[in-house]
Amino acid sequence: MAIMPAESRKTAEISLLLNCEQTDVAFAPYKTLLELLREDLGLTGTKHGCELGECGACTVLVNGKPVLSCLQLALECDGAEVMTVEGLVAGGQLHPLQEAFADLGAAQCGYCTPGFLLAAKALLDQNPHPTRDAIREALSGNLCRCTGYLQIFEAVEAAALKIGEAGKTARAEL
Amino acid sequence: MPKVEEAQVNSDEDNIASEALRVIGVSRRRVDARAKVTGQTKFADDIALPRMAFCKLLRSPHPHARIRSIDASRAMALPGVYLVLTGKDFPIKYGILPVSQDEEALCLDHVRFVGDPVAAVVAREELTALNALDLIHVEYEILKTISDPEEALATSSPRIHDYGEEGNIHKRVSFEFGDVEASLADSDEVFEDLFFFQGNTHLPIEQHASVAMKDPDGKLTIWSSTQTPHYLHRALAKVLRMPAGHIRVIATPNGGGFGGKSDPFNHEVVVSRAALILDRPVKISLTREDVFYCHRGRHPVLMKFRTGVRKDGTITGMHLQTLLDGGAYGSYGVASSLYTGALQTTTYHIPRYKFQACRVFTNKPPCGPKRGHGTVQPRFGQEVQIDKIAERLNMDPADFRLRNATMPGTLTANFLELRTVGLPECIRKVVEISGWKQKFRKLPEGNGVGLACSCYLTGAGLPINANAQPHSGVQLKIDRSGGVTVFCGSSEIGQGSDDVLAAIVAEVLGIDTFDIRVFTGDTDVGPVDLGSYSSRVTIMAGNAALQAAERAKSMIAEAVGTHWGLTKEQLCFADHQVFDLGAPNRRMSFQNAICLAESKFGILGTVGSYIPPKSPALFAGGGVGPSPTYSFTAAVVEVSVSPATGWLTVAKVWIAHDIGRALNPALVRGQVVGSVYMGLGEALMEEMEYRRLPKKYSHSLVHKFPSILEYKSPTSLDMPKVEAVLVENPDPRGPYGAKEVGQGPLLPIVPAVANAVYDAVGVRVDESPITPEKILKALEEKRAGRAARYGPAHFPAVDWGRTIEVPPPWEGGDGYALGDPRSAKYRAPSQKACQP
Repeated sequence: MAIMPAESRKTAEISLLLNCEQTDVAFAPYKTLLELLREDLGLTGTKHGCELGECGACTVLVNGKPVLSCLQLALECDGAEVMTVEGLVAGGQLHPLQEAFADLGAAQCGYCTPGFLLAAKALLDQNPHPTRDAIREALSGNLCRCTGYLQIFEAVEAAALKIGEAGKTARAEL
Repeated sequence: MPKVEEAQVNSDEDNIASEALRVIGVSRRRVDARAKVTGQTKFADDIALPRMAFCKLLRSPHPHARIRSIDASRAMALPGVYLVLTGKDFPIKYGILPVSQDEEALCLDHVRFVGDPVAAVVAREELTALNALDLIHVEYEILKTISDPEEALATSSPRIHDYGEEGNIHKRVSFEFGDVEASLADSDEVFEDLFFFQGNTHLPIEQHASVAMKDPDGKLTIWSSTQTPHYLHRALAKVLRMPAGHIRVIATPNGGGFGGKSDPFNHEVVVSRAALILDRPVKISLTREDVFYCHRGRHPVLMKFRTGVRKDGTITGMHLQTLLDGGAYGSYGVASSLYTGALQTTTYHIPRYKFQACRVFTNKPPCGPKRGHGTVQPRFGQEVQIDKIAERLNMDPADFRLRNATMPGTLTANFLELRTVGLPECIRKVVEISGWKQKFRKLPEGNGVGLACSCYLTGAGLPINANAQPHSGVQLKIDRSGGVTVFCGSSEIGQGSDDVLAAIVAEVLGIDTFDIRVFTGDTDVGPVDLGSYSSRVTIMAGNAALQAAERAKSMIAEAVGTHWGLTKEQLCFADHQVFDLGAPNRRMSFQNAICLAESKFGILGTVGSYIPPKSPALFAGGGVGPSPTYSFTAAVVEVSVSPATGWLTVAKVWIAHDIGRALNPALVRGQVVGSVYMGLGEALMEEMEYRRLPKKYSHSLVHKFPSILEYKSPTSLDMPKVEAVLVENPDPRGPYGAKEVGQGPLLPIVPAVANAVYDAVGVRVDESPITPEKILKALEEKRAGRAARYGPAHFPAVDWGRTIEVPPPWEGGDGYALGDPRSAKYRAPSQKACQP
């Protein structure tokens, strides 16, 4: 007796560049990118708060752009470059955003944090020196119930400064 | 006001270390920060176990109905379904309070709100479980819906519950501390005001989730997003009829709690039973809609304040009545009701005080504790009324508050013991930094400032289940590796309680927080802590950690002292070393010191426990309100209001909080700003609104907005600048002098916004949330020459029951009610006291 509904069979397959690693995965075709990441790939760092595109907790980067993974069908991500919070650490080093979030109290319960980090990374990738208003605007799709946002803004500003200084040092060394 | 005996104060002085602090008071990365920023914190829904099955709940579509029958045969026959459970599988009721054991894991024969669970399906796939819900046929007999308190008061039958006072009245209380009517009659003016505080919800971004499994040895383990693993432990033992020792509750880090994960929940009971039956792990992950049905949020409260004052601005007495819409179950409601009147006397000296509360059942998701539990609503009313009083008396509202502010080391009329009181300093600070004197009544039309104050508990003085055991315990393991491990039953809900434990132990032992492992929230691993509620963890678990660490330090110091021929007092623990204070070049590594101590005493382990001081409020009902000490806050809010549209923008918030001592200022500021944020949400937009479906459908009373998109909460664009000042006057009862910060700073925000709106456009909105629509209506009233106000117009007639009379301390009271035979001053009850 088949005990799995037809729609749950892992009949879909995609190949994506996940956190800089080539990844092939088979999954049930109805799944969202969020479900694919959490349930089929074991990457539970990406969170969910509504599964309706309302809270921003599930934000990941798809081809460098912030995307609500709960609204994105996994099937649409074939060939895409996807970055989750697990991909932020490079060479054993926290990303400057992670350092700043940790040091400045920008993560309280930490549940919305992965989504904020990726939304902030997308902002800094595009605009390395954002104003406070630009930060507020860029993060306005991510809800945080703990911090009141201010320490998050401060952390993004601190990280931008640090990335900028690291860039200057690198250029000077060249 | 009588002074509290000094002896008791002095006995606590040891808590405040006089030497320089290395960890305490320094803004640090919290111990769990790295896990949070790398996405490695394991929340309940991140747990996946082999063979894990998934659970879904079928919820009632009717607000009030009898269940005639449930036919689950088609669901059971669906391939992939393992189990269907109904109310018959859960014959035992439970609830957080011993007096309100009114919840069923699945409703047996009576559903009480849209969303009440009636059946559970467990299946191999979550999708299968969801599909199977549609195959369960439930026959209902519709009962009259009771939608609001007035309807509840007027409807004696049908009853939502067959317990409580009578009809649909769950609880009523009436207390009088001195003859308030006489005080009001003697006043120069008596102010009577009605306020309504709308219900709202916690909206944690993490939806509740639980995973239960039968351990290989046959016992039960449940991982759950709960703030109160100890109370869940008790509830499961009761409902599952298992010895508590055979149940292990692991509170996973909560993705936000705010009070919303403090009750034992039906889904936790259901997955536990299912895991035991199926002998495989069972998981439930609530949807956002489910979370709205769990609710336990802020009670909607209608309030009537009658306050007497003299012309010089002295408060002479207050009579407060509150009517709470409890929703469908008891939850913490009895405590919530008492909290609506408990703390009115803590900010301002009120020589005589009368308080009456009534909580009714209605067919809506149950209300319970939300940040500031039960005190946010009356604080709103009280602080707005004071603004009105000060204006009438032609006094600056800051001066009025300073004049009436309570004094440290005194008892209130209702026998709450105030220790350190930083309220006057908080008021002076916010007045100074906000430029209050230059702004109040002086800003151009459409701009205004408002001031409000508050006070909150630093931990509930009494446990939920009356007993004489510690409220919190810590075990320390220290071994020859140099490693220190802290075990405590406390639950980390984002507030930083793990960091508090690590910081205190690190400070005492002269090591870093990173050297310490913290194991919390696990009933098998750590000693009991009652939970993350009532702002109790820092003072209670913190003091337990302090005691355990001091005991460990004492043993290590004794071993080192013996070795060096010194006394313990001649040693200092710092920088991972033990120093000879007399000759600082003589030192020993912390690890070597432990080895010496292990050699001398055997394996090292210490414990610490905390029991709050006994409260002088000895009357029945006096158990809600007492706390080891209280925090105080003052806030100024500046707003701009468009007279044309009523649109309200908060420009800036200045807030000063009397914390005692900030253990980790970065986290303390986070709690202050986060409280301001949540207070602004409640002030401006958040509300649990219900509506009736059209009669031609079901005429059901349903939640208007069971989604995050429609339940408005502030975004990053709505958040104004906040200038937060910490007033640090160490309290002898707090660890290193610390008091609470998680809840108190929310309280002044809602009334400060209301007062600022009045300053801006001259209208009173005596109801939360303060929406543009309400401001516009009040402006229309003003233009029409009527009272420039939006708010409740009448308070329904309530039978408050018998009044408990307790003479205040300055009228010879000893904390007992009149007529209580335990009182040394026992005299036969007066006729008045007997009257219903």
